[in-house]
Amino acid sequence: MKRPALPVRIIRFYVDGFRQMTVGRSLWALIIIKVIVLMFVFKLIFFPDLLKSRYDNDVDRARAVRHSLVEGEPLK
Amino acid sequence: MNDLMSVVDWSRAQFALTAMYHWLFVPLTLGISVIVAIMETMYYRTRSERWLAVTKFWMLLFGINFAVGVATGIILEFEFGANWSNYSWFVGDIFGAPLAIEGLLAFFMESTFIAVMFFGWKKVSPRFHLAATWLTAIGASLSALWILIANAWMQYPVGMEFDPAQMRNVMDNFWAVAFSPVAMHKFCHAVFSGWALAGIFVIGVSCWFLFKKRNEAFAIRSIKVGGWVGLAGMLLTMWSGDGSALDVARVQPMKLAAMEGLYNGKCGQEIVAFGILNPEKTAENDAYPYLFDISIPKGLSFLATHKFDSFVPGINDLIDGIELTPEGDTIRTESYADRIAIGKKAHEALRAFDAASVAGDSTAMATAAADLKANYRYFGYGYLQSPYDAVPPVALTFYSFHIMVTLGGALLLVLILALWFAYRKPGTLRNRLVQWIGMASIPLVWVCSQAGWVTAEVGRQPWIIQDIMPCSAAISDISVSTVQITFWMFAAVFTAFLAAEIGIMLRQISKGSKSDYDSLKS
Repeated sequence: MKRPALPVRIIRFYVDGFRQMTVGRSLWALIIIKVIVLMFVFKLIFFPDLLKSRYDNDVDRARAVRHSLVEGEPLK
Repeated sequence: MNDLMSVVDWSRAQFALTAMYHWLFVPLTLGISVIVAIMETMYYRTRSERWLAVTKFWMLLFGINFAVGVATGIILEFEFGANWSNYSWFVGDIFGAPLAIEGLLAFFMESTFIAVMFFGWKKVSPRFHLAATWLTAIGASLSALWILIANAWMQYPVGMEFDPAQMRNVMDNFWAVAFSPVAMHKFCHAVFSGWALAGIFVIGVSCWFLFKKRNEAFAIRSIKVGGWVGLAGMLLTMWSGDGSALDVARVQPMKLAAMEGLYNGKCGQEIVAFGILNPEKTAENDAYPYLFDISIPKGLSFLATHKFDSFVPGINDLIDGIELTPEGDTIRTESYADRIAIGKKAHEALRAFDAASVAGDSTAMATAAADLKANYRYFGYGYLQSPYDAVPPVALTFYSFHIMVTLGGALLLVLILALWFAYRKPGTLRNRLVQWIGMASIPLVWVCSQAGWVTAEVGRQPWIIQDIMPCSAAISDISVSTVQITFWMFAAVFTAFLAAEIGIMLRQISKGSKSDYDSLKS
């Protein structure tokens, strides 16, 4: 019988592994919940990249940081 | 200003909270992966089912810890972009490059080889499986290396030049950043402390099995491997801690002074083995620093310089401009008042650069850039109002350092005794008191590990980048309430994750004890 190609064997390796998990199922559920909370709730709602969201290009970002640092005040 | 300080303090608290939660998981991953790899090596060499069961049990606990801990560190990167945006921009690729390398290593090495570890028992050869287990352990340590390089650069900024046009520190020597002595000692100290922590964890859990009078052979076998890895880790942690102490004495002497509550140094300086600080004492009064202290003569001089009679500067000496050379000799450098003046000159030069940039005057820009370069080494001092603003919180630094050292010494004793009993007096491990000490050591080793980070990070305040940028200049324009809300959200969510990990882990430990190795084979 012909041996399947390497990519197929790798995919089967993971699929079989996931199917046969016991404790791993709850762990994966935990990981998925965590990633959703972190990436789609915390990151999007509470932790925008301020410089990227407020300024269009690196020149403006550099100027804003320079102004903030020489004036000794938070970034405006 | 008060509102600014509140944002700074809440952002500090939030970063500390998330970093400390992250560090609950990381050291166990670093250490237990090595322990599992050694256990599997024993299985590979003997092909004994007992070693296989031992390996699978601890591998499962490794997997639980890894799964719960994974991605908790990404929050720290979110905080850099949102709360510390001035800092994030200012450090440029020096900070970004190591974190990017860490991300790639973590993703490719750990995710690939962990899959082989858990899914590959009957699908790959024993040799390949063993290699995957070792590569997982090595990959975890390599991931930590890049994070610690980034952290070490904040404590000892080298290998860069500041470009006022980009407003970024540009890396001009990758090797100086990657292999600075501070980074190497920090890496060794953190990774080996993970071995010690995991060794204690294995001993503590094994003591629980002995306490329950189940799986005794399994428990003693585990204590032997965990004990050796833990003992090696603890001794290497002490060795690298000695190297870190030399670094701190040279590049962050104020931190060392705060660690010891030392205000006025002397030649042959004693080290406080146990002490209670006088809460009335500040750098600005003459009160005695301690309410009670037991000291070891000349100990701090030896710790800081490896010479018993060298001078160790205290907080007031440093403010006056007395420091140590790498050879341990005393030199007079700029006082902190002078550094503040130099820092303000650097700020003036940057202001002039900004004005020249807006005016498009390239000659004035070049002149301002040259002035800035000449004074940049103390750029951060320009933000301080008084030399005393450069003094970190002494009490927190002092107590966390002493808690770390005291617990480290006690846990070293636990490791030695555990090995002694396991090899020479196995009957002693049936003693209830011995078992309780083993189990109680689990929370204590985490306290010890966290105290080390508190010492390192609180002791370097007010700096986010040593001498170059204080935390107050690094902060973003965000409201206090935003940081407060996310602080409590993190506290709730991370506590839930921790409770989940402890719950799943306890359930698995309990299963492992019910029917010897049978439950582990499924």
